[in-house]
Amino acid sequence: MIKVRSLSKFYGKKSVVEDVTVNIQRGQITSFIGPNGAGKSTLLSMVSRLLDADSGEVLIDQTDVRKMKSNEFSKVVSILKQSNYMNVRLTIRELVSFGRFPYSKGRLTEEDERCVDQAIEYMHLTDMQDSYLDELSGGQKQRAFIAMVIAQDTEYILLDEPLNNLDMKHSVQIMKILRQLVDDLGKTVVIVLHDINFASVYSDRIVALKDGKVVKDGPTRDIIQSDTLKEIYDMDIPIQEMNNCRICVYFSS
Amino acid sequence: MKKRYLIASLIILSLVSLFVGVSSISPMALLDFQSEETEIFLISRVPRLIAILLAGAGMSIAGLIMQQLSRNKFVSPTTAGTLDATRLGILVSMLFFANASTIEKMLVAFAFALAGTFLFMQILDRIKFKDAIFIPLVGMMLGNILSSISTFFAYKADVIQNMSAWLQGDFSMIMKGRFELLYISIPVLVIAYLFANRFTVAGMGEDFSKNLGLAYKRVVNIGLVLVALITATVVLTVGMIPFLGLIIPNIVSIFKGDNLQKTLPHTALLGANFLLVTDILGRVLIYPYEISISLMVGVIGSGIFLYLLFRRKAYA
Repeated sequence: MIKVRSLSKFYGKKSVVEDVTVNIQRGQITSFIGPNGAGKSTLLSMVSRLLDADSGEVLIDQTDVRKMKSNEFSKVVSILKQSNYMNVRLTIRELVSFGRFPYSKGRLTEEDERCVDQAIEYMHLTDMQDSYLDELSGGQKQRAFIAMVIAQDTEYILLDEPLNNLDMKHSVQIMKILRQLVDDLGKTVVIVLHDINFASVYSDRIVALKDGKVVKDGPTRDIIQSDTLKEIYDMDIPIQEMNNCRICVYFSS
Repeated sequence: MKKRYLIASLIILSLVSLFVGVSSISPMALLDFQSEETEIFLISRVPRLIAILLAGAGMSIAGLIMQQLSRNKFVSPTTAGTLDATRLGILVSMLFFANASTIEKMLVAFAFALAGTFLFMQILDRIKFKDAIFIPLVGMMLGNILSSISTFFAYKADVIQNMSAWLQGDFSMIMKGRFELLYISIPVLVIAYLFANRFTVAGMGEDFSKNLGLAYKRVVNIGLVLVALITATVVLTVGMIPFLGLIIPNIVSIFKGDNLQKTLPHTALLGANFLLVTDILGRVLIYPYEISISLMVGVIGSGIFLYLLFRRKAYA
């Protein structure tokens, strides 16, 4: 379990994340939602040690993340940020192989190779594993990065807006894969999402942030309620139940 | 671009290089160890060849490391101020440590090269507008500022002529006893190869590196030290060789990608090949005179650089 204890981050005098306390359960998908500038990405970056917190602490399975060695940490927690800026010419297989870097420092053992093969196959990339990343579509590229994270084989997988720039088909594909990672492989996924309907349909728990603070935190059903959403987004959002999914109809509100 | 072809052409070109020159040397004459030919061969031709191979491989690898760490295909010792900073360092060592040994001069030049490259990386960190063309422009501006500082003080101290000797890369001055400093680049290249994987990871950004548990800042700093070492030794022994560190890694990247462990040997080999060809051309074109290597590489290199600019949408 990831325990976030009164975590804060300031840029100058302005607080971006303020006194956030949240528990993230194992074996679930937890979504961070909220308006722009709510501090979702900053919170995720602090949990994954990309950013240092100004106060508070993050415990992963009872250990303070600041006390973990970076190599050990990278075997427990992986983070994927938006990667559109990457213009490095690597093949899919080379990229996925770097997922084994924490274990082998680049000299792959037979076991590493096996992990890489499995990850590539899991993401259905076997046929194109020797293609260069800059020749792929957005959806394929995102799958390649997720394959790398699978090869990294961490208990916790954190993703910062993985659906950015993806069309509907690929967004659904990625969310289904994340669901499988949790249901089949027992991973814990934490994800920053903009589209509340993807959060509603695919996540187990939702943490709603606004102005750097946690507004609501609970099982998905409890959060996807008109009155709760009004509090978070300042919008009247009717909710329709369809095939057991709660869909927010926010387009005309 | 197969490695064995590169090695084969390197061997052939090396042999050509050994036997091209004002005084003709026949392979048969070398059998006589006492002959004048053998002496020229050992004092001039062999050192020249070694210098070309090391400088070509070294500058190309320096460019490759810089491009990877700055995540910009147009960054190289030429376009990031490293060469100009090195030259400023040489001026400083000439003015203030006139009696210093070569090694001491090397250390001063190295310190300046390192500081210049580091300054560039710091500027890069602070620039919000990370356009692929804009960044090398900033580097060239930095280089020009450093270069005008050098020129100003060289003018004051009346050593302009002496300075411009360092400006022009030239292999004709390479002789036994004047190039051995270049051997420093051999261990540097070995270290670069050992760090290849780390450089590749670092090239994917700080967040990406941290995710994989890589000590990002340390790897970047090691890379900059390697670049500065190579540049300082090459400028001190041969002079400035522009564009080499820029075009060679780009050509290899187009064919082989950016996985340094895979591309480092190719980059080193292609760099040495390219410099050998330009050097042989420079020696043959206006025979018995010689066109300096920095002019040759500058002309051919800027042509290739322009070509790379125009096709940048496809690869860079």
